Amino acid sequence: MATLEMAGTSLELDDDGFLVNRDEWSREVAEELAKADDISLTDRHWEVIEFVRGWYAEKDESPTLRRITKVGGIPTKELYQLFPEGPGKKVARIAGTPKPEGCV
Amino acid sequence: MKKLLILGGGTAGTMVANRLGRELDAEEWQITLVDQDPIHYYQPGFVFVPFGIYKKREEVIKPRKGLFTPNVRFILSDIDLIEPDKNQVRLKKNDTTLSYDFLIIATGTSIQPEETPGLLGDEWHKSIFDFYTADGAFALAHKLRTWEGGHLVLNIVDTPIKCPVAPLEFIFLADWFLHEQGLRDKVEITFATPLPEVFTKPRASAFLGNLLEERRINVETEYLIEEADQEKKVIRSFDGREVPFDLLVTIPLNMGSGVIERSEMGDDLNYVPTEKHTLKHKTFENIFVLGDATDLPTSKAGSVAHFQTESFIHNFLRYIDGMELLPTFDGHSNCYIETGYGKGTLIDFNYDVEPLPGKFPLPGFGPFSLLEESRVDHWGKLMFRWIYWHLLLKGKELPIPVRMSMAGKRL
Repeated sequence: MATLEMAGTSLELDDDGFLVNRDEWSREVAEELAKADDISLTDRHWEVIEFVRGWYAEKDESPTLRRITKVGGIPTKELYQLFPEGPGKKVARIAGTPKPEGCV
Repeated sequence: MKKLLILGGGTAGTMVANRLGRELDAEEWQITLVDQDPIHYYQPGFVFVPFGIYKKREEVIKPRKGLFTPNVRFILSDIDLIEPDKNQVRLKKNDTTLSYDFLIIATGTSIQPEETPGLLGDEWHKSIFDFYTADGAFALAHKLRTWEGGHLVLNIVDTPIKCPVAPLEFIFLADWFLHEQGLRDKVEITFATPLPEVFTKPRASAFLGNLLEERRINVETEYLIEEADQEKKVIRSFDGREVPFDLLVTIPLNMGSGVIERSEMGDDLNYVPTEKHTLKHKTFENIFVLGDATDLPTSKAGSVAHFQTESFIHNFLRYIDGMELLPTFDGHSNCYIETGYGKGTLIDFNYDVEPLPGKFPLPGFGPFSLLEESRVDHWGKLMFRWIYWHLLLKGKELPIPVRMSMAGKRL
């Protein structure tokens, strides 16, 4: 099982690099998770992350990109720039919310 | 006399009306169901239509008015507005207002092709098709009968969608159909999905993941369509990927009913905020939400509507006698997946447990196999049509557990 090492602690990650225990998420953890994707988090990234976490708290699932755009107000093209190559999965991973899933 | 009002006569609304019609005392309760469409569609059959497995409209439709038990009053009308603060619903027909003591919202979800630029227009139902409506499915059947091959693209505009396995079934059945027609070598098939992978659950992926490769299906993931370009015959994603098509089969954006939006009772996709385990509306104590109309993180599918209905009935009969609601709905879903060549498979899961391999419903025996291709599972889906009309809609008991069971599953 992969782990994320930071500040003397070791956090478990699943095969897709998502936190196994979502309660371990913090802003510092998000910074570390983003590094793995070569992303350094700006205020705009944080706007997205905070929207995603708020949506998850209410709906118990990660929002789709369309919803981040329509409800969160961040244009889809910008999401692809902020989190290149697969923003749906990357945003959720960094925000500490579940991977966007189908039923199989 | 207490009044129970049900909005929507699809799978969930019809089942709950007929179950309550039998459970509630007709001297004490007046049950009314409103729907705008005189036809009830057998939607699980739509995926068979493009390939001529079902050939006639009569095979997937019935008049709605014959489907209810005698003490359910059916009103055919558009629903204008829900006014939950006044416990009433306005209908379009004759400006009628219906008051209620309890309201069940079962207004479903439907496709909205106009939400994606370029889907509608001259090419709609000529080279761009849906199969989530009877019209779309039959138009596509007509097209496929004379199609000579090219690039077949299936695109899911966004999730959530009704029957999330249907696009996969379509792909598998298309591969089989084209093979039988001797056309498979003249067709390239691409599956473009907004999800990070086609199979997102680890065990389903381990058991079914190789099917796409075996069938030579190209896959585009995290593909969020921006527009269909009818001139150039390509679809274009927000990150600039162009996929050319000769035949585009789209699963357009799915949205809840317009009456939910007009009544300001839904989220951005017109789904109604619902308590996850009791199915009660999150705000109103006398409103329940069943079927595809909820905002719950489980599949929008007939089996889910069935398990929700069973769970709800039990709770509702307690609730009207002054008892509290129990958290009995576990997100249970159970779906056949047609895999083509006369085979299928079955998945069974809930909010917390992913689809696992094994046997269903009887542990060790089946007769259905979970996450493995089998002929019996294909027959199961074909037989299901009879079960749907004769048992399920009538609210009769089925020999499968309402809550998901781990018995028969392998970890």
